[in-house]
Amino acid sequence: MVTDVKISVKALRKKFGAFTAVDDISFDVNKGEVLGFLGPNGAGKSTTMKMITGFMTPTAGKILVDGLDIDNYPIEVKTRIGYLPEGAPAYGDMTTSGFLEFIADIRGYRGREKSDRVNSAIDKANLGSVFHKPVETLSKGFKRRVGLAQAILHDPLILIMDEPTDGLDPNQKHEVRELINEMAKDKAILISTHILEEVDAICDRAAIIACGKILFDGTPQQLQAMSLTHNAVRMKFAGEVPKLAKERLCKIGDVSDVMLESEINSLMVIPQAGASIARQVTHLIRDECWDVEEFVVTTGQLDEVFRKITTQITQQ
Amino acid sequence: MSVVNSIFKRELSSYFTTPLAYVFIVIFLALNGIFTFYLGGWYEREQADLQPFFDYHPLLYLFLIPALSMRLWAEERKTGTIELLMTLPLSTWQAVTGKFLAAWVFSGIALFLTFPVWLTANYLGNPDNPVIFVSYVASFLMAGAYLAIGSCVSAVTRNQVIAFVIAVVICFIFLLSGTPLVLDLFQGWLPQVLIETISGMSFTTHFNSMLKGVIDIRDIVFFFSFIASWLLANIIIVEMKKSD
Repeated sequence: MVTDVKISVKALRKKFGAFTAVDDISFDVNKGEVLGFLGPNGAGKSTTMKMITGFMTPTAGKILVDGLDIDNYPIEVKTRIGYLPEGAPAYGDMTTSGFLEFIADIRGYRGREKSDRVNSAIDKANLGSVFHKPVETLSKGFKRRVGLAQAILHDPLILIMDEPTDGLDPNQKHEVRELINEMAKDKAILISTHILEEVDAICDRAAIIACGKILFDGTPQQLQAMSLTHNAVRMKFAGEVPKLAKERLCKIGDVSDVMLESEINSLMVIPQAGASIARQVTHLIRDECWDVEEFVVTTGQLDEVFRKITTQITQQ
Repeated sequence: MSVVNSIFKRELSSYFTTPLAYVFIVIFLALNGIFTFYLGGWYEREQADLQPFFDYHPLLYLFLIPALSMRLWAEERKTGTIELLMTLPLSTWQAVTGKFLAAWVFSGIALFLTFPVWLTANYLGNPDNPVIFVSYVASFLMAGAYLAIGSCVSAVTRNQVIAFVIAVVICFIFLLSGTPLVLDLFQGWLPQVLIETISGMSFTTHFNSMLKGVIDIRDIVFFFSFIASWLLANIIIVEMKKSD
């Protein structure tokens, strides 16, 4: 079956005794798409990934990977997936090259192809400098990249990564994101993260998970649009805020609120949901001859949306 | 088979990249020497055979083999590498078999390194070499049986110390299952057939019968089916408990 849907999860559920870790989750990941799992710790992100990769058996539900049911074709499914487990576990007593050769061995590569695969993974993950070092002596950042190299070694159709940038410094984070963006074209990628900026940087779609449920599934832009401050205008006056400024701004039809900012001489103008107010505000500034020093249209704050969505359910 | 081979190679080489292999081999050889020459009184017997050497192997294995097997699965679970291993395209039986074979071959290497004892016997007299050969085979098979128990127990827990202690206890039961110490526990409340079965499971009985130099197919079948049963249990336990 040729299809662009590479991962298809339907009504997935996982119970540990009385505790439901994953509660009726359904979603698809297509080829060329990067889906980001966002959620507080213990939300069920890792558990879902463990079930897709065949490490855990679901209590109920169906998982299709590249059209194959994992129950019936566990080996075939595992050959198609590259998986970076949480914490990037690796055999500490092996060297970086030895470890990757072992993975290549298990994945059935021999001779020339094996060394090519290992070398290209080492290049991509930038591991040349630690080629002969035992994995257990490596820094956290290098260990994570060894895990990454292991996951992409066989150029898988499907890449599943549990917190790929956790523990990396800003430069390394940037490199890993570049790498993911490069690979995104012809793979279906599922990552989990609790770094919100990452969603913006690499994901085509974001799914917010809390308490084992998907609470939001859409583009990062849609997610930002849910923010109160989406399309809001932040302006800083050259002098004091004019007395009537607040009142005048409130009279614009689409403005829902005007707030004083903590920064001196600044105002935040909040629009009605979905409305755009930048034009009206600039007209008003011109008409009133206000002396405005800074004028910013904000895209919305992800962490505010994230908190709003995830605390609703945890309080229930 | 190539996957089993990959696992086997990784496991076997990992013994030698850590001090474990060397510590194990040195202690194994040293204890063998002490048991053979002091406790076994090999010189004093003035007989050119290796009876005192092999007599102590069941006891020696009781503590050394669980020390070898305790890490097989417990360590994978502790460090989380089991998640990596079990999401690679392989079957559980391949991982279990590969790991077991590596440990077994390693114990075989340790056993092989006792060859100076055999050389000494040949230097001092004319021992019955075929008997010695069969005794070595018996010792190797028994090491495999101990290892199969240890590997299976190691999959139950992520704590290597617990894996060690439980494996020693279970091995101890099978070591002495032909003796009153164990049989009396079951006497009276289990039917005679089962008691004879338990008695027939004794390592000591099968080992001692092979030490006479006779290859009895029943002894060989016993050790191989014993290993296969424990490895089967091992596979089932890994399947059930891998993600706990």
